[in-house]
Amino acid sequence: MAKLILTDIKKQPLSFTLPVVAAAGAFAGLFIGTAQGSGLLGIVIGALLMAGLAYAALELLDRSQEKMVRYGIAALFLVAGFLLGGLPGLVVGGLFGWFFGWFVYWVGEGRYRAKLPPYLTAGQVLWHYAFRVICGAIFVFLITPIIVVMPLSFNAENFFTFTPEMLRFDPAGYSLKHYRDFFTSNEWQSALRNSLLIAPAATILSVTFGTLAAIGLSQPHVPFRRAIMAILISPMIVPLIISAAGMYFFYSRVGLQGTYLGVVLAHAALGIPFVIITVTATLVGFDRSLTRAAANMGANPVTTFFRVQMPLILPGVISGGLFAFITSFDEVVVVLFVGSANQQTLPWQMFTGLREQISPTILAVATILVAVSICLLTVVEILRRRSERLRGLSPG
Amino acid sequence: MKFKKTLMATSALTVAAGAAFAASHSDMADSMTIVSWGGAYQSSQQKAYSEPYVAMHPEVSVTWDESSAEAVAKLRAMNEAGNITWDLVDVVAADAIRLCDEGLAMEYDPEELLAAGDDGSSAEDDFGDLIVSDCYIPQIVYSTTFGYRTDMVPEGVDAPSQICDVFDLEKYPGKRSLEKRPINNMEWALLCDGVAKEDVYDVLETAEGQDQALAKLGTIKDEVIWWSAGADTPQLLADGEIFMGSTYNGRLYSVIVEQNQPVGMMWDAQVFDLDGWIIPTGLPADRLARVQDFVKFATDTQRLADQAKYISYGPARASSAPLVPEDMKQHMPTDPANAGNTFLYNYSFWADYRDDIDAKFQSWLAK
Repeated sequence: MAKLILTDIKKQPLSFTLPVVAAAGAFAGLFIGTAQGSGLLGIVIGALLMAGLAYAALELLDRSQEKMVRYGIAALFLVAGFLLGGLPGLVVGGLFGWFFGWFVYWVGEGRYRAKLPPYLTAGQVLWHYAFRVICGAIFVFLITPIIVVMPLSFNAENFFTFTPEMLRFDPAGYSLKHYRDFFTSNEWQSALRNSLLIAPAATILSVTFGTLAAIGLSQPHVPFRRAIMAILISPMIVPLIISAAGMYFFYSRVGLQGTYLGVVLAHAALGIPFVIITVTATLVGFDRSLTRAAANMGANPVTTFFRVQMPLILPGVISGGLFAFITSFDEVVVVLFVGSANQQTLPWQMFTGLREQISPTILAVATILVAVSICLLTVVEILRRRSERLRGLSPG
Repeated sequence: MKFKKTLMATSALTVAAGAAFAASHSDMADSMTIVSWGGAYQSSQQKAYSEPYVAMHPEVSVTWDESSAEAVAKLRAMNEAGNITWDLVDVVAADAIRLCDEGLAMEYDPEELLAAGDDGSSAEDDFGDLIVSDCYIPQIVYSTTFGYRTDMVPEGVDAPSQICDVFDLEKYPGKRSLEKRPINNMEWALLCDGVAKEDVYDVLETAEGQDQALAKLGTIKDEVIWWSAGADTPQLLADGEIFMGSTYNGRLYSVIVEQNQPVGMMWDAQVFDLDGWIIPTGLPADRLARVQDFVKFATDTQRLADQAKYISYGPARASSAPLVPEDMKQHMPTDPANAGNTFLYNYSFWADYRDDIDAKFQSWLAK
């Protein structure tokens, strides 16, 4: 890849470089200091250390020594990290050192300007990078809780704790026992079975009824379309606990409470709005003259639906179905009311497990579920790209 | 032709056998839903009660529902909906008293429903005072008490052993965890503020007494992490997030003995409470007959003593105590070595004052 330089770079004055690098050092120092017991001290040390390093690297040493200086900074942090936190500290320290070595030159030599158009003001340059940092931070805050769960699920202890053995990367601190527990425990296995039974059944019902409702409601001649639509969408808007309590009393009277059918129907009702919304959205782009053309050529409405309309609105139906599946698979409130102990689903089991005994088996299950969802989403994405490629919609 | 005959004969036999089978059991339902707390406690009940029972009655299937925490609300809803799906519910005594008052739990006659003690005592004598309500069938005595990290005790200081050590931030600095409700905390606070043990509830009746207790709790408020689930304190202790914390003694037993954490017990001023069964009102006759049969079995002297093999809660029957295994006795809250200074949860006081003091406590917490 050719190096693209839009703006000539020039060395920045120290009055700019030192405060910026010191601020970054203070920010990192805050975390390290807090972990070591004093956040304030960490800020001060971080700021002074980084300002000192930047001064040494940019002023006292020659530019030609850049590579060596960067290795030096990385090595310094590596050792400091090891002294503070052992083996994990070494890894974190190394990463910090590598980053700050690069950061000092990136700021000091003005390299941050290179790939931006020359006419940008200082404020715009600042915003350009601030925007990226904010996006990165949001991403980190969304992902970290999920990532943290994964190593904890390999904990050899029965607590949600990073034990000293785990932090030393001692194999004795890790174990698969929580996974074993999940696969051998009757309760978890029956919960898994229930979830795998209820969610697909509820999905099929939601997709069928939701698609039919969406097609019906998109016909201009249907009376009270808006009112009907509002009622069908309401499970998504009404607080779940209210639907759940209502369903509980109604289902108890008609004998559906505590049955598989009851839970499937309840989950189907929750999933229908998702299907209606996605299918309605795809129907907007559907050309009605196609159905008239099909009818003109002698196809009855059912054939028209399956041969002409369905293939065209399929993406909406599938994504609606996916949402309906996830709604049922994740749902805990309604099943607590409508189900009985025999219909205990995975989320229910996780809920009671979390409340009564904080066992890392829950984390093992969570990790498995995350892995499964990543696989599912990847498959869907691959299929989507493939069909786009086949249709010639995308150049890739 | 011959085949058909055989087929008919077999099916006739099957029908006859089925009818005979049904006749002998028609008075008892074959399935039961038992509600409990989940975790180690529920599994001790399964091992001591339901597994041997099912071994004796293979036709019975038992479903466990871990819903005891919301039992009162759910039983109310079931009653409203006229659809009682639970057969036997494990609740603490305070909930049992409430359910009994509301008519949601069935009153019973101990002599009729429960087996006599192995030592010849009548059921009523064997359980004694622990039958705190006409609906309540006690199983175990547990206590709420403190555990502390042995490796966080400051150097040169003895390990904490008195309840007032919890309030002594100078001698024992560090975070504490307390339950997010006034019960027990108010008593402990008064006890450590110079109120004599026998006067605690007299003082707590008055508004000044309540303020006094809250003021005492206020001295450590900044260092307190409030818990609401029994699993919280064990987790916090294992994390080293807290130095000491209150929880149920069985939870601490599992942290110390089963998970090998550096945690010690403080039995001083432990508060006894009861856990036991209630039978919901309005069960159909066949299900009621099955539950009564199960309860008679599950609360006899041997079964209650068996449960103590699996969890460190004391059996509610006096006659079960001698049968508890030796190595478990030292972990029992009722062991004389541990029970030097104890409280019994004051059901009548808290029934009368809970709402008021709760409101006061919650607004104090929010301050």
